[in-house]
Amino acid sequence: MSPDADYGRRPNPYPGKLVIVEGIDGSGKSTQLGLLAQWLRSNGHLVIFSEWNSSPIVKATTSRGKKRQLLTPLTFSLIHATDFSDRVERDIVPALKAGAIVLADRYVYTAFARDAARGVDRSWVRSLYRFAVTPTLAVYYRVPLEVALYRIMSGRPKLKWYEAGMDLGLSPDPGESYKLFQGRIQQEYERIVAEYGLATMDATQPVEVQQRALRELVRPHLHGIARDPRGETSEMRERWA
Amino acid sequence: MKRFESYGQGVPGTHLDDLSGWLIVIEGTDGVGRTTHVNRLRRHLERLGYAVAETGFTRSDLASRGIRRAKQGNTLGSNAFNLFYATDFADRLEQQIVPALRAGFVMITDRYIYSLIARAIVRGADPDWIKQVYSFALKPDAVFYLRIIADQLVPRVLADGPFDYWESGMDVPMGEDLHDSFVNYQGRIIHELDGLAREYGFHTLDATRDVDDLAEELCTRVTGHLTRKVPGAVA
Repeated sequence: MSPDADYGRRPNPYPGKLVIVEGIDGSGKSTQLGLLAQWLRSNGHLVIFSEWNSSPIVKATTSRGKKRQLLTPLTFSLIHATDFSDRVERDIVPALKAGAIVLADRYVYTAFARDAARGVDRSWVRSLYRFAVTPTLAVYYRVPLEVALYRIMSGRPKLKWYEAGMDLGLSPDPGESYKLFQGRIQQEYERIVAEYGLATMDATQPVEVQQRALRELVRPHLHGIARDPRGETSEMRERWA
Repeated sequence: MKRFESYGQGVPGTHLDDLSGWLIVIEGTDGVGRTTHVNRLRRHLERLGYAVAETGFTRSDLASRGIRRAKQGNTLGSNAFNLFYATDFADRLEQQIVPALRAGFVMITDRYIYSLIARAIVRGADPDWIKQVYSFALKPDAVFYLRIIADQLVPRVLADGPFDYWESGMDVPMGEDLHDSFVNYQGRIIHELDGLAREYGFHTLDATRDVDDLAEELCTRVTGHLTRKVPGAVA
């Protein structure tokens, strides 16, 4: 299989822009993307949000597979690719064609990292996602494992079976398994950052410092983005004045 | 040497070394008579004393309901459908096919990755890509391809009831009405299967022949395969 048959060989051919964030749980990426969305909207840009694991049709099967623990590394990988593909076709590509800025909390790299952490062949997963549009900007939130784990675990989370990586049999204790699994995912992320040249963010910095840095990364790509026809609201103007 | 290997990197976390049994695939398009021949083959092999299991599309515990639901309204993206079928196949490979082979069964599968590859290509998927997606599949012992041309298919299918929306490729669609779309769609599926038949070395059988003659030849040829290859034998 030639390397150009994998994901990432085709740049985003559409007028819109695709900005995605990646990182392990507790890296603070979702907070940052939410703040970015508010800023972009307050500036009147047409912003579309796309979340991981959200195709309405596929979701029922994914939940069923998770609840009943039917998923193996292979089917876990494929059902998430199915979900993602539906979102690409139905949400992401139409919005990019319309010239919007699409923000995605997690993208193909989440699958690359999780699936490889589950023992799925790396090159197979990369070729599986070949249909995906290459992001305009991809930012990886780098955080020491202990910091991310502290952020998640101090909230006394109810860790779900697959979220904790219990299917891998790393430890019978969900908390312990979760830590080991996140560590593996983080190693995969570091490999991905190098492989695809993701921008990196120091996720231990204060929230506002990170947000300023993110806006600077996004700013060069805002030219020509479609305007939100609803315009900016007075509430937004006040908030971001 | 292992009895079974996959086309690519294999099934993650699954050892293929301890598989025995036989994996026999019956391929062919919709309405060609696969079900009849699978049933007759199964009875024939059981009479000879083999333990037989079978599987077919959308029979997975994981994805069958979801696919059925997605087919009710044409609301799932076409590439997502390709991957939903791949999920269903992967679940059946891991939960039905591999365990049956491990137990030494003759596993008859009513269509395999080839029909799934063909339907994806006809809907615009890149052939190299979809073949790579299915590269985790096991190479079967033999593929018997029940071949027909679309024009001969029409009366057979109509005799069983009206044209089916999906079997006519109306999600694409490929013609002005159900009949035209059916003929065009099935013609393209058969064209892809013909290409795959050459590429993967199927045994092609003329599906328009007398049913009894065809069943007899199929049973004889499958039995020939089983007696040549002893399960678990060192080749």
